[in-house]
Amino acid sequence: MSGTALLQAIVDGILTGGVYALMAAGLTLIFGVMDIINIAQGAMVVLGAYLSYELSAKAGIPLLPGLLITVPVMFVLGVGMEFLFMRRVREADRAAMSILVTFAVAILIEGVLTRAFGVDYVQLHATYIDRSIYVLGFYLPWIYLIGFGLAVVLLVVLYWMLYRTQFGRAVRASLQNRTAADLIGINVDRTRMIAVGIGVAVTAVGGFAFGATNAFNPNSGYDLISRLLAIVILGGLGSIGGAMAAAVFMLVVNDVVAVAWSPTWAPMVFFFALVIVLSIRPQGLFGRSGVRAQ
Amino acid sequence: MIHPGARTAAARPPGTLLRRGLLGGVIAVGLVVLGIFPLVVTDPTATSIAFFTVVFMGAVSAWNIFSGYSGYLALGHAVFFGSGGYAVALAARDWHVSGGWAVFGLLPFGGLIAAAVAIPFGLIALRTRRHTFVVVTIAIFFIFQLAAFNLGFTGGTSGIQLPFAPFSPTTYNNPFYYVAAIILVLTVILSWAVRRSRFGLQLLSIRDDEDRARGLGVHTRRVKLAAFMISAFPVGMLGGLYFYFIGQIFPQYAYDPLFDVSLALMGFLGGIGTISGPLLGALVLESLQQYFTQKFSANGLYLIIYGVLFLAVILILPGGVVPGVAGLVRRWRVRTQRQSAEAADAAPRGVAGAIP
Repeated sequence: MSGTALLQAIVDGILTGGVYALMAAGLTLIFGVMDIINIAQGAMVVLGAYLSYELSAKAGIPLLPGLLITVPVMFVLGVGMEFLFMRRVREADRAAMSILVTFAVAILIEGVLTRAFGVDYVQLHATYIDRSIYVLGFYLPWIYLIGFGLAVVLLVVLYWMLYRTQFGRAVRASLQNRTAADLIGINVDRTRMIAVGIGVAVTAVGGFAFGATNAFNPNSGYDLISRLLAIVILGGLGSIGGAMAAAVFMLVVNDVVAVAWSPTWAPMVFFFALVIVLSIRPQGLFGRSGVRAQ
Repeated sequence: MIHPGARTAAARPPGTLLRRGLLGGVIAVGLVVLGIFPLVVTDPTATSIAFFTVVFMGAVSAWNIFSGYSGYLALGHAVFFGSGGYAVALAARDWHVSGGWAVFGLLPFGGLIAAAVAIPFGLIALRTRRHTFVVVTIAIFFIFQLAAFNLGFTGGTSGIQLPFAPFSPTTYNNPFYYVAAIILVLTVILSWAVRRSRFGLQLLSIRDDEDRARGLGVHTRRVKLAAFMISAFPVGMLGGLYFYFIGQIFPQYAYDPLFDVSLALMGFLGGIGTISGPLLGALVLESLQQYFTQKFSANGLYLIIYGVLFLAVILILPGGVVPGVAGLVRRWRVRTQRQSAEAADAAPRGVAGAIP
């Protein structure tokens, strides 16, 4: 294995890691405000990919402008899911019930997609998807750069929203203490609903990047959610910065192992890293230690 | 009077003679139906559905011994199912066990391997709680699945053949069905024994408040790990049986994420932490699932029905069917008792005291 191949793998890992960071940030944001792990996040990424596919193939709307439609659609879907299902899960056994409810939503999405599109693999197409740019000795596929760029912009927006706006303060307050947030006049239910909407809306962008770099079918959500879960747990549940760092770390490890050892073992390293880290730090790399004691 | 919050077996007062008789009758009818089903319904499609259903009833009951009683939602029991399957397949191949009844003798070996796998699995996963525990079980599950794909001795994607069973084609399913039924009955007895024991009470105390249980002297780690191993054993045996019935074992069927979730769905549908709940949930869901798969094969309708049904159950009866219905009955009984008590209050004092 040459040094350039290794460097190329690291660069690829960072670029794809950016997209995973965005999807994982949505997942961990939903966990933060709702105390719910959204197992349907993977299925929603696939749904977002199919929406982009449908818009470009049937309605002739190109992929990137299509995001202006798919992002609001996914936002509404997230708001609807919070209103219909998530807020109805009892406080007492949230951990177990919420995972099952969102799993049922994932199965439902998979069923609807299978009925609508069948089980054949499809992929998003555009002229820039197959092109690469040659920078400093590396071939960088345009789609990786676009996905990474979009993810970074959206993560910055997310960060700004959470830490610099009144709404963000309300989100963080409801995240820390629901009762106290209620008492100082925050509409916790509405704040949570919008936060879940945002957490789901990012899957539209994730779906675009995922669908352009991988062939997918309605069943692809499982592979994705298992990786996203590993990332958010490794980063520490509820920590958005942790999710971003873990996403980039995991994807770099994944790509380096694929090059240095073998592509078949690469996904396994993903889960091994998680198990090893959790054996030493059960709350994850950046997690609040309270998460474990809950 | 029955306290509405009474949940543990020990806290429940002995049932009336009528209730005991009813329970005994239901158990007797259930055992008779379980015993004569393939003799009455001889259609091979029906008996194979019955076989799968009984396997799942046993697996969900076993899963419930850990997840139902301890409150830890494990989504990794496919690890035990697949490991038991591989153990039996490899043992049959390497020890040259010929097809037929001898392979059934290997099933306890499959169970032992599954219980042995549960030790490192549990030592790692049980350090975490709640959501993190669920995700760690999923992660460990994927490690096993990927290992089965990539390791040499599992045969990789081409899998391993199990010995051919030389049973008569017309009643081919029956030996498998009866072995599954025996494992099911033993698992239910095990679940009942755990529930009644001091060990079971310790598990329930972990479910209700783990930190307080530890403060009261329950060795929580030891108890959880023991329950995890006990729960793995029958699942490993059923895995061996299942793949002997199928005839071969592949990584994607041995370590199937849908198996993990099916156990949880069936358990929650019936009501986890009860003995009858997992049986009922698996009976309904697995037979429906088999029926749907055969009826509307791959067009996704079955997934939609499954998802909607499941959401409806969780949102309408959040504790599952058995505890939900039991709660309704209890509320109705408390209300009628209160009404009769009010009626008695209106009557002269001395009479009210006579009401039991």
